[in-house]
Amino acid sequence: MEIQAMELSQTVSKPSHVHAQRRRLVQRVGISILFLSLLVAIFFLFLIVIFIAIRGAGVINWEFLTAMPRKSMTEGGIFPAILGTFYLALGAVICALPIGILSAIYLNEYAGDSLVLRIIKMGINNLAGVPSIVFGLFGLAIFVKFFGFGVSILSGSLTLAIMILPVIISTTVEALKSIPDSFREAGYGVGATKWQIIKGIILPAALPGILTGTILGIGRAAGETAPILFTAATFFSRRLPHSVMDEVLALPYHIYALMTEGTHPAQQVPIAYGTALVLLILVLGLDLIAIVIRTRARRRKLW
Amino acid sequence: MVNVTKQQEPPQSVSECTPKNARMWIENLNVHFGSNHVLIDVTIPIKENSITAIIGPSGCGKSTFIRCLNRMNDIIPSARIAGSIYLDGRDIYDTTFEPYDLRKQVGMVFQKPNPFPKSIYENLAYGLRIHGIRHKTEIESRVVRAIKAAALWEEVHDRLHESAFSLSGGQQQRLCIARTLAIEPDVILFDEPCSALDPISTAKIEDLMIELKNKYTIAIVTHNLQQAVRISDYTGFLYLGKLVEYGDTKKLFTAPEEKLTETYITGRFG
Repeated sequence: MEIQAMELSQTVSKPSHVHAQRRRLVQRVGISILFLSLLVAIFFLFLIVIFIAIRGAGVINWEFLTAMPRKSMTEGGIFPAILGTFYLALGAVICALPIGILSAIYLNEYAGDSLVLRIIKMGINNLAGVPSIVFGLFGLAIFVKFFGFGVSILSGSLTLAIMILPVIISTTVEALKSIPDSFREAGYGVGATKWQIIKGIILPAALPGILTGTILGIGRAAGETAPILFTAATFFSRRLPHSVMDEVLALPYHIYALMTEGTHPAQQVPIAYGTALVLLILVLGLDLIAIVIRTRARRRKLW
Repeated sequence: MVNVTKQQEPPQSVSECTPKNARMWIENLNVHFGSNHVLIDVTIPIKENSITAIIGPSGCGKSTFIRCLNRMNDIIPSARIAGSIYLDGRDIYDTTFEPYDLRKQVGMVFQKPNPFPKSIYENLAYGLRIHGIRHKTEIESRVVRAIKAAALWEEVHDRLHESAFSLSGGQQQRLCIARTLAIEPDVILFDEPCSALDPISTAKIEDLMIELKNKYTIAIVTHNLQQAVRISDYTGFLYLGKLVEYGDTKKLFTAPEEKLTETYITGRFG
């Protein structure tokens, strides 16, 4: 406000070309600040990726990806952690996907718009912002202790499933919302019931959006440490898991364990960076798949 | 402003019809949207194997009217509908009449072409499947027959499995007509079907409607008076929710009984 007032008084008192010069200067400074902020942001993002890549690339080879850890994690590979993360993410999606999609359909297509429902929707969106360690504690109390699943793939998957549910629900709702009402109208016009319209027209059209949300959810589940800390992950295992009741190694937790436990930091730290690089590639790869699906669907979409 | 308070009784020519001799018979139809009284005591027949046009200025209730005939207004929560609408003597708002069965008998073509985001073939097959037709060869023959009946076969026969959105606007609208024909309705409702189309596509659809009236009963809402003259046999003029006049299209446009009709068709308002 003050600057505006100053500028205004100058337009009255100073010749117009001075004023024009000043405006140009302000504009140039403004744009520079915006651009510099962007540079700082990009710099750190790239720095992380490059830093991890340089530190981690040295240890990655075929054996690292396919072998068991040896000599209390100072040698060998991280195969059980890769497999464990795969199991946990898969389990989480199997649990969260049907519930997430079905509740999103109910919310968007059937629920209407009462105060209670608006609170529910707000609650779901806020659930996505709950710190993941809180989900971890909840998983410990409910799945590990109360249901007695113990520290296991099952407990970890269920905990992760609850964590990614809000992501799946809100992206599915968005995908359903983006389908124009004219399709619904056309469906009624040929005598379809509401469910027939949803099943035969709306869901297929919304599928790319739903898929995108699901993959982002998998990425989130694969990358989190805190929810599996008390519910599924273990520091060391002699064998690969045989059932969903077994505890597992997982990539994010493996990094944590390598950096905080054990007695040979000189050998463990490089392995931790290698593990981080694998995890990074995995999560970025999943995000890339989601982006490809979304852009392809957008290009095909003609309504 | 034109005075409409005079209009009380249904127009004279309506009274020749009865629920028995009209394919559809609308009696004392009143529609409220919330506190808005959109249609007021509308009584009008839709005669068999002919085209009935509903004309009137924007906001007169034309679309609301035609959407009552296949209960599309049911979807709108604030809509309250009173009065009777008979299809072959049976009240379509009767609780025993499922709206889904009704819409199979009374098909609808919308203002903007709205094919499903599916292939040309699937656009038609979908409607058949939801009504329980599973046999592949039957679906195929009915799809082909409907596309031919909608005068679209020449243009699409070699690309039936391409997206419906690859068609032009006029072709999409004929596809929507074909989609309606595929489920073999008795009555077809057209809600300003040409308002989004160019003159050539409009002419094709008008020709098609004239052809279709030999087999079907047609009602069309249009704000295009020339269109009503070109294709319709009967015309109803709606103004501010009331049916001002109904009669033979030729007579209504050459020698209207009501002053209000004359003012409207000579282009002095609306």
